[in-house]
Amino acid sequence: MTNWKVILGIAKTHLTTKMKSTITASLGVTFGIGAYITLVSFMTGLNSMLDDLILNQTPHIHIYNEIEPSKKQPIGLYEDYANTFNVVHSIKPKQAQKKIHNAVPIIQYLKADKNVLGATPQLGAQIFYLSGSIELGGKLTGIDIMEEVRLSNIQDYIIQGTPIALKNNDNGILLGAGLAKKMSLSPGDRVQISTVSGDVFPLKIVGLYQSGIADLDNVQSYANLKTVQRILGEAENYITDINVKLNDISEAESMAITMERQFKVKATDINEANAQFETGSNIRNLITYTVSITLLIVAGFGIYNILNMLIYEKMKDIAILKATGFSGRDVKLIFMSQAMIIGILGGNSGLIVGYILSNIIDKVPFETEALPTITTYPVNFIAWYYVIGIIFALISTFIAGYLPANKAKRIDPVRIIRGS
Amino acid sequence: MDFVLEAKHINKHFKKPVPFHVLKDISFQIKNGEFVSIMGKSGSGKSTLLYILSTMDTDYEGELYFNNELITGKKNEELSRIRNKNIGFVFQFHYLLSEFSVLENVMLPAKKLAEKSFQEIEHNAMKKLKMLHIEHLANNKASRISGGEKQRVAIARALINNPTILMGDEPTGNLDSHNSENVFQILKELKENEGLSLLIVTHDIDFAKRTDRIIEMEDGRIIRQ
Repeated sequence: MTNWKVILGIAKTHLTTKMKSTITASLGVTFGIGAYITLVSFMTGLNSMLDDLILNQTPHIHIYNEIEPSKKQPIGLYEDYANTFNVVHSIKPKQAQKKIHNAVPIIQYLKADKNVLGATPQLGAQIFYLSGSIELGGKLTGIDIMEEVRLSNIQDYIIQGTPIALKNNDNGILLGAGLAKKMSLSPGDRVQISTVSGDVFPLKIVGLYQSGIADLDNVQSYANLKTVQRILGEAENYITDINVKLNDISEAESMAITMERQFKVKATDINEANAQFETGSNIRNLITYTVSITLLIVAGFGIYNILNMLIYEKMKDIAILKATGFSGRDVKLIFMSQAMIIGILGGNSGLIVGYILSNIIDKVPFETEALPTITTYPVNFIAWYYVIGIIFALISTFIAGYLPANKAKRIDPVRIIRGS
Repeated sequence: MDFVLEAKHINKHFKKPVPFHVLKDISFQIKNGEFVSIMGKSGSGKSTLLYILSTMDTDYEGELYFNNELITGKKNEELSRIRNKNIGFVFQFHYLLSEFSVLENVMLPAKKLAEKSFQEIEHNAMKKLKMLHIEHLANNKASRISGGEKQRVAIARALINNPTILMGDEPTGNLDSHNSENVFQILKELKENEGLSLLIVTHDIDFAKRTDRIIEMEDGRIIRQ
């Protein structure tokens, strides 16, 4: 039987007559929650930006032929030496094609899989860019440009020209931005490339590609798959890499293992390739939460102090309330509700402050070569963080209020009344 | 017999700072509608006894009956409810909640009891204030009125739930003779007009003489009643 109206009425009167302390205590919570919201929005924004930077350029599963020595050397197959200790010197890699055997049927097969969003063929070729008498080593990758646009964010990195322009030009090339700068070339110009075997081809620059990773931009260019096949003098089924994009990334690892067995190729999944990114994200999240919790603990101590002082000031009031029939539990609830009101007010204004600050950060210009599509600092606006924020506020004020309120509950009215 | 309050063999010890037997085998009764005063020197244990009778102090031996019902050993929540509903309190130092208005102070125990609507409570509170001739102070802050007025507000608060007994710990101890007389008259009228039982601890012999019965205490014992 709790008479909330009376209890809240008394709590409200205490809070409004001590406006200064109330505001100070609430500001503590506001500051903590505001900082948490800002930090977590900004940090996760940065995280996803950094993840995008690397992970979006990495296929979920990458299928290719690895050049490696045979695991079982011929002598191991020879029965006469089955029980002997064989030593083989100067092992060489197994003679194998770079191309993936039956690549086209594999792609057809993968595309039929429910969990596969798409599978794109690629053909990587070592080439030289010719600029007068200078030869620059580099890499030309033949791609199915429209499929790549659909499945990856390659479009974001084409800083001049369009994907369509490449598709429509059999002799087109998307030149790496670093290369273009080195050779003083711009879209519309022609660039001579030479294959390893010495054949020279002129290609028309239809656009510039900039990934933001300088080492890549200084060597990498893209052309149509057919163009590269023609340059290398290979057939239309000559494909060295297949990039697979999945619907559910968490299945990448198991699917990669299945593919390796099924197609007798090398298949690496995204987690294997980028294990360190997960670690980086986790550590940044850890920092965010540590800082926020520290701020909230500080705010909690503020509330604890203020309520403690209030209870000392209100000793006589507490005694009177108890003498006139309020139970210890009622008195405890009065002070608990004061703490919770401070928590709710401070927490909610903290959310607002956090939202405003995130918005401001979101508008601050942030231009970097690495990320041509990003013009301002990245900030995540996720409702879930706001829910966590308000829960944080309520929990910390609850704990900070509980101890003083419990003390008020135990105050012996007789001692207070007789003491003065 | 119909007793409002009956104490049977109440003993109390203080453990700190030194063990001390403060109340020794106290037994007495208060009849319905009786005006009783407790007198005694400082340290005779009269206030200690009052706080045991008030149910606020539960650390004693013996038995305490309230309206013929044993209340010794009841839970704190129940005792709070008994205090709220049946016992009115007036203290020497007026003890109003200084942040609340006079009217709110008077209404608070009734709001806690929550047996009547807000309008009824407000109406009753105004009636009590009127009875004590302080209705003009209703909306003043409790900290902004004089000592005599405060004591009358405290009496109004004690009466708001129409208790069966009103207890006072030297309610006139801190007032001048004019205000003392005033408070005495109020208490007397309450007894005569409303049939209220009263139990007042006092130092004031003139005050005590005019009550129905004096319980005199010395060294933790009742020496005369």
